[in-house]
Amino acid sequence: MTGGFAMRPAEPAVEEVLDAAALVDLNADETSLRARAVLAEFDRDMVGLAGVKRRLAEIAALLVVRRARARFGLSDRKPSLHMSFTGGPGTGKTTVALRMAEMLHALGYLRTQRVVVVTRDDLVGQFIGHTAPKTKEAIARAAGGVLFIDEAYYLHRPENERDYGQEAVEILLQEMESERGSLAVIFAGYADRMEAFLSSNPGLSSRVAHHIHFDDYTHDELVRIGELMLARDDYRFDPDARPAFRSYVELRTAMPRFANARSIRNALERCRLRQATRLAAAPGPVSRADLITLTEADVRGSSVFARGS
Amino acid sequence: MYLRHGTFSYLPELTEDEVAAQIRYALGNGWPVSIEYTDDPHPRNVYWELWGLPMFDLAEPDAVLREILDCRAAFPQYYVRVLAYDARLGRQTTALSFLVQRPSREPGFRLARTEAHDRVQRYAVQPYATQAPPGARYEAP
Repeated sequence: MTGGFAMRPAEPAVEEVLDAAALVDLNADETSLRARAVLAEFDRDMVGLAGVKRRLAEIAALLVVRRARARFGLSDRKPSLHMSFTGGPGTGKTTVALRMAEMLHALGYLRTQRVVVVTRDDLVGQFIGHTAPKTKEAIARAAGGVLFIDEAYYLHRPENERDYGQEAVEILLQEMESERGSLAVIFAGYADRMEAFLSSNPGLSSRVAHHIHFDDYTHDELVRIGELMLARDDYRFDPDARPAFRSYVELRTAMPRFANARSIRNALERCRLRQATRLAAAPGPVSRADLITLTEADVRGSSVFARGS
Repeated sequence: MYLRHGTFSYLPELTEDEVAAQIRYALGNGWPVSIEYTDDPHPRNVYWELWGLPMFDLAEPDAVLREILDCRAAFPQYYVRVLAYDARLGRQTTALSFLVQRPSREPGFRLARTEAHDRVQRYAVQPYATQAPPGARYEAP
C-alpha cells in the first residue's frame, strides 16, 4: 500500500451558480431574515445611537448583497470585517460588539457569536518573547468569533520605543490580513486617543474597514435608558420621581467622570439601595407596589443634589 | 506498509475540514488538544515528541489546525498525530488520538526471532526505519 500525507486537501465546495437571468429575493433569504431580526432587536433595545444603527444596517446590507453576488458567481473577495468603535465611556461599545457578532454570525461570516474581550494586559507580555504567544493565544480563543480589544490605544506607547505593544499589533495585523483568518477584530476606545493610535500604524488604519463613532447620549436618551433598565429589573419611577431623575441626569452629566449609561446604572443601583433602606425602616407591611416603586425621595437622596445646591 | 495507528486509521485519510470537525468535537468535550510527532513507528513507542504545549481554553479548532500545519512543515516526513486528553477524574487518559501526517514511504516492520532456552523462540518487531539514526529515517521522496 502506498503511504502519503494523512490529510487530504479539502474538496472545494461545489455551489451551483445561478443563471444570469435569475432573480434573487434579498428579503426572502433565510440568513438575511435572521440578520434583519437581530437588527430589529437592536433597534428596539438600544436607545439613541442613531449613527451606529445606520452603520450597522449598512454593513448588514452590504453583506447580504455580497451573498447574493456570490450566488451569481460574481467576484467574491472576502470582506474586511475589522472595525474600530470610538466613543465615550458607557456609550454601548461592548454591547454593540455583542450584537455585531450576533449579526455577522447570522449572516454566516462568523462561525460563532462569541466575543472575546481583551485589553493590553491580555496581549502584551512582560519580557522578550512573551508577547507573541500571549497575543496568539488571545487570537486562538477568539477564533471564529470577535476579538474585542478594549482601550486599544494602550497597545501603542509612543514614549517607549521598545514597548512590546508594537509586537502585539504586528501579530494582530498578520492575523487580520491572513486568508485563513476567521475572526473579526474590533478596536475600541475613546475617539481622540484612538485617532492617534490608528494613525501611529499606517497598516492598521487601512485594514480597519469600518470606523463607527458612538455619540454621547442626550439627557432624554439617558432618562429613557434609566427607565428601560428599571423596567428590565421590575422597578419603576412614581410620577414625582421621573422629573427628579431628569434633573439628576442634568446635574450628573455636567459633573466629571460621567460615563453615560454606566453612570445611570450606578445611580439606579443607589436609588434601589435607598428604596430598600426606606422600606426596611418603615413600620408595617409593604405591598407589591411599594416594592417596585422608586419615589422622589429615593432619587433626591443622591449626593449629586447636595453638591448642586 | 501502511501504518494503522490511532482512531480512524481504517478510514480514508481525513480532509482538513474533517480534522477540524474532530478537533471541535474534542474541544467541545473539554479535552485539551496537543500535537505530537515521531519518526519511530514502533507500536510500543507511546511517548512521542510534543509539538509546543497542549492547547487549553480553546473553543474553535483554528489554532490547532495552524499548529498542525506548522508541525507538518517543520517535520514533513514524520508521523504527526493529534491527541485529546480527558482530564476528568476517573478517566484521566487520552480520549482521542489520530494521525494527521505520515511519511511518504513506510518500509514496515521486521519480525526478529531470537533463540531462547530449550528451543523457545522469542519474537520482536523492529521498524526498518529505525535502523537509521533519528532524524535520518525517512528521506524526502
